[in-house]
Amino acid sequence: MSVIEKIKNPPEGSFREVFKYKDLLIQLVTRDIKLKYRRSFLGYVWSVLNPLLIMVIMSVVFSFLFQRNLAYFPIYLLAGRTMFEFVHQSSGKALSGITDNTTLLKKTYVSKFMFPLSKITSSMVDFVFSLGALFIVMLVFSITEGKCMFSLWNLAIVIPIIQAYVFAMGLGFFLAQLHVFFRDIRYIYNAVMTMWMYCSAIFYDIGMFYSKAEKQIAQGTAPYAAHLAFIIEKFNPIYIYMKQFRYFIWVPSLDKVSAYAQVTSQDFLLGSLYALAMFAIGVFFFKRSQDKFILYI
Amino acid sequence: MSEILETNEDYVISVDNVTVRFNKATEKINDLKEYFVKLVKHELMFQEFLALKDVSLHVKKGEAWAIIGTNGSGKSTLLKVISKILKPYKGSVTVKGSIASLIELGAGIDPKLTARENIYLNGCILGYSKKFIDEKFDEIVEFSELEEFLDSPVRNFSSGMKSRLGFSVATMIEPDILIVDEVLSVGDVLFRKKCMNKMNDMLSKGTTLLFVSHNMSTVRTMCKKALWLNNGNVVCQGDIEDVCSRYTETIEAMKAEEKKKKLQAAKKPAGKH
Repeated sequence: MSVIEKIKNPPEGSFREVFKYKDLLIQLVTRDIKLKYRRSFLGYVWSVLNPLLIMVIMSVVFSFLFQRNLAYFPIYLLAGRTMFEFVHQSSGKALSGITDNTTLLKKTYVSKFMFPLSKITSSMVDFVFSLGALFIVMLVFSITEGKCMFSLWNLAIVIPIIQAYVFAMGLGFFLAQLHVFFRDIRYIYNAVMTMWMYCSAIFYDIGMFYSKAEKQIAQGTAPYAAHLAFIIEKFNPIYIYMKQFRYFIWVPSLDKVSAYAQVTSQDFLLGSLYALAMFAIGVFFFKRSQDKFILYI
Repeated sequence: MSEILETNEDYVISVDNVTVRFNKATEKINDLKEYFVKLVKHELMFQEFLALKDVSLHVKKGEAWAIIGTNGSGKSTLLKVISKILKPYKGSVTVKGSIASLIELGAGIDPKLTARENIYLNGCILGYSKKFIDEKFDEIVEFSELEEFLDSPVRNFSSGMKSRLGFSVATMIEPDILIVDEVLSVGDVLFRKKCMNKMNDMLSKGTTLLFVSHNMSTVRTMCKKALWLNNGNVVCQGDIEDVCSRYTETIEAMKAEEKKKKLQAAKKPAGKH
């Protein structure tokens, strides 16, 4: 087999096979999008309205609870939540990607990667739609504050979005194959995701931990809050994507930037590393077990 | 070695000594809780079940093969192995060319989508590009006779309409190998006839056909060769007339024996009372 032939005919069951089925991916994604918005009165408006409403509720509750003055808290909150919800929604849908398509997988041969991948991709499209909510909030602030909240930096959100997409793909593949063998994995997944949400600094800020650590040092106790902050900042990929996302959306509108919100090249490298590692893990396990799917679905 | 290679060249489908194994678990375990409970109790046992045992089949280009046998004899499993849905446990399968498998018509049909959207989705599932389907679209619609219902959701379709849609998409695309598994039992006589004609037409153009059916007369008209499976074993293969007549004889004999048993069984309890 020549090299060109090898590229054209990727080995059966490999990830590269999805490129052969790219038209199918487009069909599956448009199907998901169409079905989501077809026959719903407000259609697209829902995917903007839903995050907006949640943002309003959370803004009210948390500015009351924490009483820390974060500038433009609604933008901070919405940006964080949008990013977290992308990974949450997409991996949750990808989890049942294989088990929802049993009839198809039993009757025809298709690259099995297609199903989790199409779920991740349609969630990605939803995510892009929900950026409309962010736009509205920034527009409102621009008017009320009398200064432009938008900047060219906003366009750089593409970087964390790509990282999160690759990360979600790996997570989705891993979960989808596990769900075939263990159907109760969804309950564990839900619990883990809730924990993950609280570890992701969506409605609080990491700066909180550092001021707490300063107090602890002053009191002479161990600064465990600083350790906690370190763990979240270095070992939570979603937080790393969120931080970059905020850096390009929220930070440009600030007059003074706190150290914890500052993004360095280390954040970018770490985020990319986590994304690629998760992707490799997901593909590895998926590939290893895909031949056995048929026996369990 | 070179001789073997040369002879293999002629076959579009080579199934060599294929064994398919299923783990017939006494209870199906598919959650984590169950798995650990069984693991702790040392009850994690699997019962082996061989759906196909050392089956070989070699099909040349343009041949029409019938696969016959009683229910549960492994016919569908063989078709699934050939269409890459199942991986064999032992042995190898090589297939040259594109396959359209009609193991179940409209397996990829989404009832919430319209017929038009389903044609594209199904075509893509079968591995064709959107451009190619665009070209064939009118032909597909014409064959399926569903012009009026193109933009209504498929969930409102009758099962006959659905299979018409499935068959039209799968065959309009002219695969090298067509695999048909007893799917034409739905649909009216006229459409069935149309499908038969279409299949004959494809055969004359050089498409290879694998056909599963319980209807011996259809099988005899469509196919030249036959493979008879029983409990995962090949009973015999070869010329359609030989295999079919042997098969019918055996079935008749089995029927007669069953009748006898039934009569005896009916007599016994009657005697006790």
